[in-house]
Amino acid sequence: MSDPRAAVAAVVDPEIRVITIDELGILRSVDEDPESGRLVVTITPTYTGCPAMDVIRADVRRALAAAGHPDAEVRTVYSPAWSTDWISERGRAKLAAAGIAPPAPAPRGGTVVPLTLAVRCPRCGSPETEQVSRFGSTACKALWRCRACSEPFDHLKAL
Amino acid sequence: MSTLDFTLALGDDALIAAQRLGEWTSRAPEMEEDIALANIALDQLGAARLLLTYAGELEGAGRDEDALAYLRDDREFRNCLLVELPNGDFGVTMAKLFFLAAYQLPLYTALAGCADERLAAIGAKARKESAYHLDHAALWVRRLGDGTEESHRRMQDAVDQVWPYTHELFTPAPTAPVDPATLRADFDAQVRDVLDQATLTRPADGWTPGGGRDGLHTEHLSYLLAEMQVLHRAHPGARW
Repeated sequence: MSDPRAAVAAVVDPEIRVITIDELGILRSVDEDPESGRLVVTITPTYTGCPAMDVIRADVRRALAAAGHPDAEVRTVYSPAWSTDWISERGRAKLAAAGIAPPAPAPRGGTVVPLTLAVRCPRCGSPETEQVSRFGSTACKALWRCRACSEPFDHLKAL
Repeated sequence: MSTLDFTLALGDDALIAAQRLGEWTSRAPEMEEDIALANIALDQLGAARLLLTYAGELEGAGRDEDALAYLRDDREFRNCLLVELPNGDFGVTMAKLFFLAAYQLPLYTALAGCADERLAAIGAKARKESAYHLDHAALWVRRLGDGTEESHRRMQDAVDQVWPYTHELFTPAPTAPVDPATLRADFDAQVRDVLDQATLTRPADGWTPGGGRDGLHTEHLSYLLAEMQVLHRAHPGARW
């Protein structure tokens, strides 16, 4: 049997396939249940309605089965709520390399209307960008456009 | 109001709001808005699933989120009337969304600090999404209100039409995990700011329709449920 933590950490996000669930910060823990001795993987969704959760659960089970842990349990937790601040540095670099502008630090407190900070174009690096739509191709992304190179791009919204 | 009734009310608000917003898919005035409304609908549906799952567990009768969403009739739904009203034109949809988000944001924020651990977790998650909904709806209310003569007229009409239905949201329930009456000040401040910026007038208070929390709905809910529930009821247990 190979290391279950490494097997789960290598599962890629089904909607943003350049980044792993570990780098995205939605993999919370890989532990053994002290009572049953079963392996328990805990994940959390980015958004409550994220439609990728079923696929992620299935991919985690498949990766664990391949690593010799076919009876692992996958738990979904909602607290503490996921934040884009949990995306690792490596994850941010991968997003940028794939043309998705990584998020700024998340706004604090739920009542604060998110500030629109300058977002750099992931293609040419220019800060001369504008938001086209706050909602993009997936729940976690917004649609932006670069005024310097004219290219549209995705931006992972700070949450 | 018991924790079960409260959870069911919030879950039904989110579910019916999701279904109404989903009606805009492929019909919004521009593609970006189409995607935005579908995204907001998806957030509402996500909150609805968590809340209805929990309501089913509190009830303890073996009903899961699907049983509660698809197998109850209109009189058993506890959503506020605001969310079941037809979409109307784009201005009416934005007025509805603005008032809903201005209520849900302080509601979920208060819920995040309540004594019930499950509801607190849902509140902490959903409030982050609500902040985006409020921002989006407020942007359109300002843009249309402070736009052309025609867009101003229609946005004011929309606000006037929907306003009476906001009062029901704040009906006092002192024993609920969060008393909705305590959210009114936040809501009023938010509404005043945005309507001022939009050069719109807050309607005078008068007629206060209600009854949704007791299962007394407008005629619109039955039609919405018929469309939402038909597939599940025609093919019980179907999977694909």
